[in-house]
Amino acid sequence: MLNILTVALLQGFEYGLVTLGVMLSFRVIRFPDLTIEGSFPLGGAITAILIAKGISPLFGVGVSLLAGFAAGVLTGVLNTKFKISKLLSGLLVMTILFSINLRIMGRSNIPLLYFQTLLTPIEKILPKSSLPLILFFFVVILASKWLVDKFLSTELGLALRATGDNEQMIKSLGVDTDWTNILGLGMANALIALSGSLITQDQGFADISMGVGVMVTGLAAMIIGETLLRPKNMWWLSTAMVVGTIVYYFVISLGLRLGLAPTDLKLATGLMVALALCAPALRDRYGINRVLKEAKKRAVAKGRSLG
Amino acid sequence: MLQIEGVIKIFNRGSIDEKIALQHVDLKVDKGEFVTIIGSNGAGKTTLLNAVTGSVLVDDGNVVIDGLDVTHLPEFKRGRFIGRVFQNPLMGTASEMTLGENLSMALLRGKPRGLSKGVTKNHQIIYQPILQTLGLGLEGRLKDRVGLLSGGQRQSLAILMATLSLPKVLLLDEHAASLDPKTATVVMDLTERVIKENGLTTLMVTHNMEQAIRYGGRLVMMHEGRIILDVSGEEKSSLTIPEVVQRFGVVDEKLLLA
Repeated sequence: MLNILTVALLQGFEYGLVTLGVMLSFRVIRFPDLTIEGSFPLGGAITAILIAKGISPLFGVGVSLLAGFAAGVLTGVLNTKFKISKLLSGLLVMTILFSINLRIMGRSNIPLLYFQTLLTPIEKILPKSSLPLILFFFVVILASKWLVDKFLSTELGLALRATGDNEQMIKSLGVDTDWTNILGLGMANALIALSGSLITQDQGFADISMGVGVMVTGLAAMIIGETLLRPKNMWWLSTAMVVGTIVYYFVISLGLRLGLAPTDLKLATGLMVALALCAPALRDRYGINRVLKEAKKRAVAKGRSLG
Repeated sequence: MLQIEGVIKIFNRGSIDEKIALQHVDLKVDKGEFVTIIGSNGAGKTTLLNAVTGSVLVDDGNVVIDGLDVTHLPEFKRGRFIGRVFQNPLMGTASEMTLGENLSMALLRGKPRGLSKGVTKNHQIIYQPILQTLGLGLEGRLKDRVGLLSGGQRQSLAILMATLSLPKVLLLDEHAASLDPKTATVVMDLTERVIKENGLTTLMVTHNMEQAIRYGGRLVMMHEGRIILDVSGEEKSSLTIPEVVQRFGVVDEKLLLA
């Protein structure tokens, strides 16, 4: 059980960055962005090749951030400047990135087991324990969440949120919403590429297919977090992203432990999202308030018939 | 302040659905003038406002605001000097954001938006008295989401937001039409007060002839994309509903019933 918890915490913090990115695009600017599945392995590919070539891992992290940002900007430009639909813009960039990632890596898999990564010194602090790593990723997610929260409460951040909330209004207040959409997508994909970069260093390899399913995972984590915490403001929303990711990985690891085949993971994810989406309707139908109301109605009816 | 010169707008040009929305419209509005625009459905009132804001690009003619030709300026750039309130109260405010955040965004109309804090303690001190003037008890709800407010409250807030940074032109698009009569009166009185206090140059589209006559110093009637009546001064203030009907015929009986 403890093992499951540590796995859930580590993966939750690692992939929490993806969920934060998903929140920026899907919730803040309300842009259903498919670029994610390309920008995640983009971060991994860049980091792996740079480390394998003997360049500092920190530099790899920086380049990954910038490349992810550029990928998001490309999607944003296709949508806003060339009026390609949101879904198609993301799909195009995702497809383009598949080839670019292969070009960057030169092959479909780069192992990093014998290379020094950013995480190597951290892993060495306590051999055989993942605690230092969990702490490291906790600090990373906390810092990222803090930055995102701070940014979204600035003048520019408010304009970004209004772009998702009421684009017509913020446009009429003199804001170029093409630019706020592009900026939001850039930031979302920078976070996601950062996640790809750090996860590559933790797992010890980059693989061309590492992005498959990342978006659905992020969406699942986001919806679980929202269902559990029902956030009323931005701070709670971003908190819900991290909590949702941890819960998601906890449930997945638990399922695997209980004998779920890894091939059934997507089925489990799909069911989990469906269940989370059904929750509000179920709550209305079978929730405690409803039950109490029915009981009261029955009591009143009974009283009448007696009177 | 606002000059509309020979503006023509044709929708679906060349198709069987071709619709001439504006046929060579000329309108010159002086600084501080409050013009009400009335007309039946399809008369071109809203298209005229859209031509001013840039959400509709005109086929011919010019739109000039305070000496600046804005005909080819994109909508968001014109937003710097145009305030607008829509018929739908949901359109003028951001529902997922708080009252304070909405007002802050409005205060920054046309200014560059940087990385300073969106809503500061200082802002909150500024907003309290502004909200107090509404008399709706909103001053204590700066941290509430706007989505929690009623239609009338949201529309009052939208008026504040449209006028907070003193736009050169204020456009009101039937902004009281979707409210119940009592709320509509409150919103209209607020509108008139804000316009008077700040001397705002205003165009107000309305379906309601009584409102068109009661408010503003000039009345313009549109029909089939043309201006068919333009009265101001004494002539406007002595105008009565039957008189308008008698002199210009019932363009649309809905105007009377509204």
